Amino acid sequence: MKIKKTLLALLLGSSAFLLAGSLGAQELPVEKAAEVVEAATDAISFEDGYAAFMKTPGAAFFTISNLWLLISAALVFIMHLGFATVESGLGQAKNTVNILFKNVFIICMGLLTYALWGFNAMYPGEFNGFFAAGSWFDVEASLDLMTSEYADYTWYTDFIFQGMFAATAATIVSGAVAERVKLSSFMIFATLLVAFAYPITGSWQWGGGWLAKLGFYDFAGSSLVHAFGGFAALACVMVLGPRSGKYINGQIRPILGHSMPLATIGVFLLFLGWFGFNGGSVLNADPFLVSLVFVTTALAAAAGGLGAMFTSWIFLKKPDLSMSLNGILAGLVGITAGADSIMPFWAIVTGLIAGVLVVFSIIFFDKIKIDDPVGAISVHGVCGIFGTLAVALFSDAAGFGIQLIGTLAVGAFAFIFSIVVFGLLKVVMGVRVSPEEESEGLDIGEHGQEAYPDFGGTSHAR
Amino acid sequence: MKLVKAIIKPFKLEEVKEALADIGIEGMTVTEVKGFGRQKGHTEIYRGSEYTVDFLPKVMIEVVVDDADADKTTEAIVKAAKTGKIGDGKVFIIPVETAIRIRTDESGPEAL
Repeated sequence: MKIKKTLLALLLGSSAFLLAGSLGAQELPVEKAAEVVEAATDAISFEDGYAAFMKTPGAAFFTISNLWLLISAALVFIMHLGFATVESGLGQAKNTVNILFKNVFIICMGLLTYALWGFNAMYPGEFNGFFAAGSWFDVEASLDLMTSEYADYTWYTDFIFQGMFAATAATIVSGAVAERVKLSSFMIFATLLVAFAYPITGSWQWGGGWLAKLGFYDFAGSSLVHAFGGFAALACVMVLGPRSGKYINGQIRPILGHSMPLATIGVFLLFLGWFGFNGGSVLNADPFLVSLVFVTTALAAAAGGLGAMFTSWIFLKKPDLSMSLNGILAGLVGITAGADSIMPFWAIVTGLIAGVLVVFSIIFFDKIKIDDPVGAISVHGVCGIFGTLAVALFSDAAGFGIQLIGTLAVGAFAFIFSIVVFGLLKVVMGVRVSPEEESEGLDIGEHGQEAYPDFGGTSHAR
Repeated sequence: MKLVKAIIKPFKLEEVKEALADIGIEGMTVTEVKGFGRQKGHTEIYRGSEYTVDFLPKVMIEVVVDDADADKTTEAIVKAAKTGKIGDGKVFIIPVETAIRIRTDESGPEAL
């Protein structure tokens, strides 16, 4: 066990995050000796204590809860596949490799930075309530971290469940800036956003910071994840500007997504993953709460889909598929803050309002030339704020004032952080590809690859 | 020899192919093309914004036939592809110098 850890630490040794002591192999015997002494002086070893705990009556609920959170973590992971397919489906074929590449990068980078810094920065225990420093997440196995003394799940489960959440914030930005953002600049920005900014606002609420002390309520992250990502996206789009050819002579020229089947598959995957996103946020396997959360989540999504369907049909003259897809996501984002406190009927109302809201929001942002190919700002930003307020409107979990303060504080922090960091990147290295590269497609420009080499007349492949 | 080049509505392809087979035409080349004539384009809506589609999808059929068969080929295509509505397409007849069957080196009408 110890040797394995030392090897891992050596692998990561080059990272600046790992400052905890020197890790030379020659020190292994000393460390080992220390451990032996430690184990001898401990009253009960971890192994014995853990075995004893697993024989207690409480171990069954602990085991099931822990398993449920791990399943939920896997479901949240599936949401990254959903984001990847939605974004590539609503983008043009010539940018597909680039969009998928960013999504592949984000999940890998998100998990590693969360391990190296984010988890401990978001859940620091005692801290000033505003900012906490992070550190390498791994711990010695001990009874107070791996049994019900810690929670209804282990420290490792806590880490992996929250780690899957963290990367979603950057994925939201990825969709909004798609088809013209410079890859290297985006990668730097996404890393800083996920590693440093996300744990700060996260700690305000879920880490027991100032928002939690004021009675703010955000069950699974309408504000902490979605409004955060949505407002970061808004700032980036403002710095970046619209795709060329989108707004000509004051008119909107729509740029069509290349695959409605991909976009639809993606939304169904996100819908599926959301059962883990919200269901796992119960933080144990409480039968009443988990089943309530499944019901409110599904009903809000369904109402959001119908809301957007009929809003687009009535106001845009056609039943618009991509708007209906956005509507399902809007309903899901809307119910996320109150999935355990808003009762089923009001969950439908919440979803329906979010579904109507998202259509008008998308049209509004298009009118003011904020070019968002996938509707991320409207789905996550606008409906994230609405969902946070819905907790106050449709349940008694929190008051309207603190919900408004909380969601605006999180949104404002994400917006300001993003506009400063992305603005600096624009000055230092540029954030946009050249107009030539944009028209040829980022797949060729950034990657020298095509998503569909065997299709179409413009193929470069033989 | 003549090249009969017909640009038709995509959903009429099957009927035209069968009509040509009925008069003994043994081969043809089909391409998906886009374009417009007097029909012009039409408007569509994507995420709340209207846009005009200028180039409409059509199918182009190319058949090379003996001079004697050119008229009945054209008639068969026109009859099968007609709906009477705007956008039915056009047929062009173009002289062909020669034809060569790659497998056997045959040339002229025998290559058809």
